[in-house]
Amino acid sequence: MTVTYEEALTRYEPVFGLETHVELGTRTKMFCGCITTFGGSPNSQVCPVCLGLPGSLPVVNRTAIEYAMKIGLALNCSIASWCRFARKNYFYPDMPKNFQISQYDEPLCTDGYLDVSVFGEIVRVGIERVHLEEDTGKSLHVGGATGRIQGAEYSLVDYNRAGIPLVEIVTKPVPGTGALAPEIARAYVTELRDVLRSLNVSDVRMEEGSMRCDVNTSLSVLGSGVWGTRTETKNVNSLRSVERAVRSEIPRQAAVLDEGGRVIQETRHFHEESGETTSGRSKEEAQDYRYFPEPDLVPVAPPAAWVQEVRASLPELPSARRTRLIAAWSLSELEYESMRNAGALDVVEETALAGASPADARKWWMGELARRANDSGVEVSTLVITPADVARVSALVAAGTLNDRLAREVLDGVLAGEGTPDEVVAARGLAVVSDDSALLSAIDEAIAANPDIAEKIRSGKVTASGVIVGAVMKATRGQADATRVRELVLERLA
Amino acid sequence: MVSVSDLVTKTATELAAAISAGEVSAVEVTQAHLDRIAAVDDRVKAFLHVAGDDALGQARAVDDKRSRGEALGALGGVPVAVKDLFATVGMPTTCGSKILAGWMPPYESTITARLRAAGAVLIGKTNMDEFAMGSSTENSGYGPSHNPWDLAKVPGGSSGGSAAAVAAFEAPLSLGTDTGGSIRQPAAVCGIVGTKPTYGGSSRYGVVAFASSLDTPGPFGRNVLDTALLHQVMSGHDPMDATSIDAPVPPVVEAARHGDVAGMRIGIVSEFAGEGYQAGVMSRFAEAVEVLEALGAKVTEVSCPHFKYALPAYYLIAPSEVSSNLARFDGMRYGLRTGGGSAEEVMATSRAAGFGPEVKRRIMLGTYALSSGYYDAYYGKAQQVRTLIIRDFEAAFEQVDVLISPPTPTTAFDIGERADDPMAMYLADLCTIPSDLAGNAAISVPIGLAPENGLPVGLQVMAPALADDRLYRVAAAVEAAFESRWGRPLLSEAKGLLA
Repeated sequence: MTVTYEEALTRYEPVFGLETHVELGTRTKMFCGCITTFGGSPNSQVCPVCLGLPGSLPVVNRTAIEYAMKIGLALNCSIASWCRFARKNYFYPDMPKNFQISQYDEPLCTDGYLDVSVFGEIVRVGIERVHLEEDTGKSLHVGGATGRIQGAEYSLVDYNRAGIPLVEIVTKPVPGTGALAPEIARAYVTELRDVLRSLNVSDVRMEEGSMRCDVNTSLSVLGSGVWGTRTETKNVNSLRSVERAVRSEIPRQAAVLDEGGRVIQETRHFHEESGETTSGRSKEEAQDYRYFPEPDLVPVAPPAAWVQEVRASLPELPSARRTRLIAAWSLSELEYESMRNAGALDVVEETALAGASPADARKWWMGELARRANDSGVEVSTLVITPADVARVSALVAAGTLNDRLAREVLDGVLAGEGTPDEVVAARGLAVVSDDSALLSAIDEAIAANPDIAEKIRSGKVTASGVIVGAVMKATRGQADATRVRELVLERLA
Repeated sequence: MVSVSDLVTKTATELAAAISAGEVSAVEVTQAHLDRIAAVDDRVKAFLHVAGDDALGQARAVDDKRSRGEALGALGGVPVAVKDLFATVGMPTTCGSKILAGWMPPYESTITARLRAAGAVLIGKTNMDEFAMGSSTENSGYGPSHNPWDLAKVPGGSSGGSAAAVAAFEAPLSLGTDTGGSIRQPAAVCGIVGTKPTYGGSSRYGVVAFASSLDTPGPFGRNVLDTALLHQVMSGHDPMDATSIDAPVPPVVEAARHGDVAGMRIGIVSEFAGEGYQAGVMSRFAEAVEVLEALGAKVTEVSCPHFKYALPAYYLIAPSEVSSNLARFDGMRYGLRTGGGSAEEVMATSRAAGFGPEVKRRIMLGTYALSSGYYDAYYGKAQQVRTLIIRDFEAAFEQVDVLISPPTPTTAFDIGERADDPMAMYLADLCTIPSDLAGNAAISVPIGLAPENGLPVGLQVMAPALADDRLYRVAAAVEAAFESRWGRPLLSEAKGLLA
């Protein structure tokens, strides 16, 4: 018996949590000097250490510690004054040592939070911990129908990825979100991604796997205060999938519970095409990783001065920027959100810094340019036109050199690669005719061509001037300031 | 009786000086040792791999250097035998295990690289208990080595092959590792000198891990000065080993040249005596105490009450680390691969086929000790006991400069005598384990033969971490005193193979 999403929410309270793995953009791996560039030919970026050859030993990458601290501080965590790495023991061919060096009960960062904005409301997502670990190699299963291990003839392993630094960010469980659970989960991942980008510690591309999310979901019977068994959903490869995964798991668990069944603690696999999850590994007996402190490494004790230095080096975080810009530009939450979602924040701000008014900057980027970007299927920030260009166009309009229509033509020219706004204006001869004498000759011609209209205007019917103005605009190919033309026409025929 | 060429009875120090002075070539020295190996190793079985032409090539390079007028390293032309636990390029590294039969490492351990840079000739890889687990070499996947003093006896372990090679004059120096006593115990039962340096004093990079928090590579030699020389060359900070100490090597060679215990406060560990200790071991030990007193040391008894928990703590900590360290041997990337089916199935069959019983025993013990629900009671508890042992040492070293004890309760036992009794085997490490748990430095130096069977007995000296030089100061004094008492080095008393 299936249950709809809405029905599920009448009986159950969803609780979700997210575990996010982020590949750090350090130059070398977590415990050795191999480089980390993506896309090298298989097993070309390996050494005895990341291959786990007998006798090899790990040495900690200091930059990775720094990046992890940055992330912890940006998420309002406490940084441990002393922590250790631990071995997580399990057998799998993509893990050369058959243990992963990670952190267990002594993580680098703990107890923080990230505020996310959803439909104008702020939700605080608690952060349980941020810790460092090494990534595994990558398996390629050959011969089966799905590319997964089931049904494959054989598997190949590429260890280029083995040993790349990973930061694992674990949220505290998030209750009380009700029907908005999927959106809030998505908003958290989005905000986290933006925070990580602003820190410049990772290129956080979910499609490339440098940011991976596992979504945990459970249901609590409404009003019971008792939390249910949670499932873990993997293969969530986009922001949209995060939302869909939560959205599909809630009614699925509700249906199980409605029938008096038990939600099995398991790992589920998310399917892009269907938006549904299927059962994967059973975590019924949660695997025993036999964690113990890594004896090949000494404890990590970041001196307070270093932590201070890292804290001082943090850039403006997305939430601080939001607060600042909303106040400075008198925006609503929604207006800010739509700029953020369009990826236009940077370009708008740079345009304002280049001299345009914030309102103008927004108008051009969120209007005309957003339209152009959409048509070409790209992001506004990747358009050829720069904030400096837009600021210049805005200045030309303010100075009266261009009107709105001409301005749009200038934008066309810049986007077409014809040069800077000034170059386009010159090349295409797009400037507004500001010379009165030039206008007057056009006006006189138009008056001569429309004697009856002219007569009407002379007798007081001012509105008829529109015709003359129109004729002048046509004659000047729109390069006249209509307001000035009208003034001159009325003067002429006074 | 096999007559022994002069060169193989020379000390390492003498050989280095002679080669450097041009009195003899490195090739001659290496050839003499290869000849000796060929003559006796079929009975001693110290070596798993003899470097042969490779060794002669290394020797030739030293001679070429000399003829170009370049300075030779501190060990220029001196043959060194290497425990098969060290990764060496161009020579197999089996760790005494079938699971790594014929494995040729693509990289070199830091220590053997340093030895090569110092001009040493790596003459071969020696037999050992599999993955360094054992006290007799009977756990080797390739058969045991034999004690040159009595071929029916074990040479100790796990570095038994390295000890036997030096005692049989197959090499003047050798490398071993000490995790629970695997250098000191073989040194004692083979009548040679062996040191466990301060943990972290010698690099573990390229040394296949047994118990990471305990493993300490160290030197063997036939006399104290030679041993100090090797200790000096192999030690020092290594950025490739995060546990390696960033401090200068203690002045061990200097100390070895100036043996002197006058005014030193020496403590006898009162817990290391009594039942289970062979009479001859105790009587020789008592003699050593008299000698030390006669040399001006102040000898007292010191109690280290938690030392009696050292053995059980060790046999929880070491197997736990082993269970993790040996997980990489799964047939996927190197080593023995056997069986078919899924990856998991191949891993299981390869490990079952490749590992010997003692290794399997310890992997299972360690897996159990680390498992959820048991961690606190076993591994966690053992680590706490370790702290108590460290504190016993700290308290002791406030009263005395060094501690002494027998290195092991008995002389060499018969091959096969304890092979079926793991617990009896474990008892061989009783006296050596505490220093490993604490990370301190310790040495075994020969002090004579047990009257009841004529087999070697050693004296263990223990010093605080980073006080390795203190060991050599005491050992040199003891060696000088005993050699003057005997009139000659101990090893010249060896029957059987030696002239």
